[in-house]
Amino acid sequence: MNRDTELFWWPARVLHWLMAAMVLTMLFVGVGMVASVSARHSWLLALHKPLGAAILVLAVLRLILRLWRAPPSLPADLPALQRIAAQASHWLLYALMLALPLVGWAMLSAGGYPVMLSESLRLPAIAPFDADWFAVLRGLHRVLAYSLFGLILLHAAAALYHGLIRRDGVLRSMLWRRRAATPTAEAPTKQDST
Amino acid sequence: MSSPTPPPDPTDRPLRPPFPLARWALIAAAVTGVTAAFGYVGGWLDPHRLTPQRIVDRLQVNGGLHPGYRRNHAKGVCVIGHFDSNGQAARYSKAALFAPGRTPLVGRFAIPGGNPHAPDFGVPIRSLALRLTQADGQQWRTGMNSMPVFPVATPQAFYEQLAAGRPDPATGKPDPAKQAAFFAAHPETSAFRAWAKNHKPSASYATETYYGLNAFYFVDAAGTRHAVRWRVVADNGPEGVAPAPPPEDLLESELRRRLAQAPLRWRLLVTLGQADDPTADATRIWPQDRPEIDAGSVVLERSEPQAQGACRDINFDPLILPAGIAGSDDPLLPARSSAYAESYRRRTAEQAGGAAVHAQEPHR
Repeated sequence: MNRDTELFWWPARVLHWLMAAMVLTMLFVGVGMVASVSARHSWLLALHKPLGAAILVLAVLRLILRLWRAPPSLPADLPALQRIAAQASHWLLYALMLALPLVGWAMLSAGGYPVMLSESLRLPAIAPFDADWFAVLRGLHRVLAYSLFGLILLHAAAALYHGLIRRDGVLRSMLWRRRAATPTAEAPTKQDST
Repeated sequence: MSSPTPPPDPTDRPLRPPFPLARWALIAAAVTGVTAAFGYVGGWLDPHRLTPQRIVDRLQVNGGLHPGYRRNHAKGVCVIGHFDSNGQAARYSKAALFAPGRTPLVGRFAIPGGNPHAPDFGVPIRSLALRLTQADGQQWRTGMNSMPVFPVATPQAFYEQLAAGRPDPATGKPDPAKQAAFFAAHPETSAFRAWAKNHKPSASYATETYYGLNAFYFVDAAGTRHAVRWRVVADNGPEGVAPAPPPEDLLESELRRRLAQAPLRWRLLVTLGQADDPTADATRIWPQDRPEIDAGSVVLERSEPQAQGACRDINFDPLILPAGIAGSDDPLLPARSSAYAESYRRRTAEQAGGAAVHAQEPHR
């Protein structure tokens, strides 16, 4: 099997890039809204909640797809440490994408807030009205958000490292085929990224 | 993860890419760029931006740090009751609580300032905050004050007012010269100052009128928005005479005494603004001839000390609104919302962290 022609399954690629945009937007919305006293605070807050709910739903879907179909394997010559880091960081990304919306939802519940996704669409509370719980979850939401941001930076840097320095096809497996492999070729020819 | 692939043909990939330094620089630039953008949005690279943290810091300086308490309106008392709607506002707002019927509420009377041990008569203003919970779980939270106008129109001016009101370490009171300078630089405060000059601090929470201050919109079933302001007008008989000098905690005990005899009532009056009435300026009152709707009665049945009471852990954010009520373009509204959230974050963290100050009433 040739690494360079092996792509992530297309639904996984679509979800990956869609969620990349959503999660990054979400992190910027979150950090911006808590630092603003202007009208921006209100509309960012109104965006934050439904976007978080959508990320939660998509993260569950993505996890199911991920467990259903294994991703392309990593290059065989990848050092063991990088291999471990790659796998650990992927599972950590999944964990954070699921945990952040859940913690946010529970945090609002514990603060006694109605969890409104729109003007009139309300989610049920998933935690009791309890200020101590609110305090813990509010702190956790923040720590997890910064962790996710840091991890995304690492993930992106690693992807660029694969694409620009190692040029081993790992980055391209999440992109698209630049030139289709000749259909007749049994073992497709390798396309270099340069 | 799946098993490793067999080693690729070594001729496929050069071991060393062309221009490796430029490639590493590109990666570093991407990471740095995104981090810088994040920091900018978060306000860290923008020391002049007014943030909720800065407002709350200044409130803390003025009122002193009292862990576990609200950063403003720190001294208060919880009340429990309900809103009896007569249905007259339902034409203008589709909010379920304006349909004829009863909606339970938790409220809080308070005096402005960050010191939970301040004497009641140190300030002429009293406040009433309410949280009404509809059967569908949507809520209307409103924080009202006993003055018809707010001193300033913008968060920035409020922030400057806090600086002018900072207690002088020598006297423990604000520097009159600084306050005069602030008022001179802010002519929009004149309506508030005119009110304050003639207003005598009341000896009862029960006899005050409380104003929503900011303009909002009522949204009717057809989706039409109506600019509104609201107030609750006391219907509880005369004020009574405070003993001289008044005890420091007169207001709470007086409220308890009244509630022991009968529930207390306010009428919720909603003023309908006209097209050119200002919605973004809380320093200006609308003309007196605007139509008013009597939407029903706010009825308070009992009080609870705030340390254990039902209102303690409620953030009375004025932008928590049910479908049928919406915030206006008043810049104070999002500022209140974000600063209240920051205050709530701090005091709940202190509470959870064992700042057990709030677990008991202050002893004197």
